[in-house]
Amino acid sequence: MSTQTVSVTPAPAAPVNALFELLQRLGDDRLILGHRLSEWCGHAPILETEIALANVALDLIGEATMFLRLAGSVEGNGRDEDALAYFREAVAFRNCLLVEQPNGDFAFTIVRQFLFDVYAVVMLDALAKSAHAEVAGIGAKSLKEAKYHVRHSGDWMLKLGDGTDESHGRMQRALDELWRFTPELFAADSVDREMAEAGIAPDLTALHVQWDALVRDVISRATLTVPADAQRRANARGGRQGAHTEHLGHLLAEMQIVARSHPGAKW
Amino acid sequence: MVAAARGATHPSRDDILAILDTVKDPEVPVLSVRDLGIVRDVAVDVDGAVSVTVTPTYSGCPAILVIENDITAAIEAAGFGPVRVTTTFSPAWTTDWILPDARARLKAYGIAPPGRADTGGLVQLMRARPAVQCPYCDSYDTEVRSEFGTTACKSVCWCRSCRQPFEEFKAI
Repeated sequence: MSTQTVSVTPAPAAPVNALFELLQRLGDDRLILGHRLSEWCGHAPILETEIALANVALDLIGEATMFLRLAGSVEGNGRDEDALAYFREAVAFRNCLLVEQPNGDFAFTIVRQFLFDVYAVVMLDALAKSAHAEVAGIGAKSLKEAKYHVRHSGDWMLKLGDGTDESHGRMQRALDELWRFTPELFAADSVDREMAEAGIAPDLTALHVQWDALVRDVISRATLTVPADAQRRANARGGRQGAHTEHLGHLLAEMQIVARSHPGAKW
Repeated sequence: MVAAARGATHPSRDDILAILDTVKDPEVPVLSVRDLGIVRDVAVDVDGAVSVTVTPTYSGCPAILVIENDITAAIEAAGFGPVRVTTTFSPAWTTDWILPDARARLKAYGIAPPGRADTGGLVQLMRARPAVQCPYCDSYDTEVRSEFGTTACKSVCWCRSCRQPFEEFKAI
């Protein structure tokens, strides 16, 4: 019979490294997609679209600021959101591959946006109920924005998918090209499992089911077709672990040049 | 004023609230920061130091820094301080916090006030959106031309009845 022992290990708190990883993933998705959308400034097909894409970009960068600021404070090494945005190399970025893909034509941008926006609403809706109070606060705040983002991109899915032969063809090509980047959004690794067990982030398998139903509903109403399974299995992933496509480096070169050329500058 | 500047006169919480009524949103100048519901807390400590907690309307709203500076400047101009403005994100701001009287002023200014903040499903498309009432002729025969307008908080609409474009304060 053993004697009663006094535990020397405290009750498991939120695992800091996993939380830091999670917050970078959430922040980097928004930072990189926000930057991609800002590339449309001055190039969008009509004025309203120009304003819409810039507005969504602004929201995403605002959301990225909140997530990366919290990431920096969780890490505890004195890095703030600017240090994380401007002074990490590509291998340190944790965004999914979907958001770093170049803009392509307007159809490509809209399909990329729609696939991400639906992922954002289901993820943020879950994060709003997180056991981590600050994550829950940022989740609830961002969810309000994501809901009108998806209203915008979803509406364009219908207009262009169920539009002319030309617009339909471009939307279908974009969907065929981008679908393989979507499994990565729900491919859980040890970070996701740790965060789900701690009640900080949702179980990605359940999230995938929810996302799939919402996405397929709009895709079918837009008279578009989800690519066949064979194409879907040829999926691309690695962004969450820092293995990116060649496109991210080019994006970062442009995004980071001013901050790196003038470190500490205020404007 | 000199005495106040030295901190000898301590404002009451009501004094600060009255000052905040004069601080306008830089982008919608018929609304004060209190009308908008973005002032979440005001406190004055025993030394007369004032702390104001605000919440941003949108996470990327560029006006929030201007608003914070305007709040500090207005309180200091009344001879009170030091002032500390802090930001909170939780609970998230909703247009339901805009005061009824302020809604009437928005409408008079030509901006359709926001409807009830949406509590429905996660993916609701534009065509399911309830019609916006024209602030000029009160008609509901309107359409949203663009979900996004001159600022993050507004969309651009068109009234088929009086053939007038107008802005709507988006409900979030």
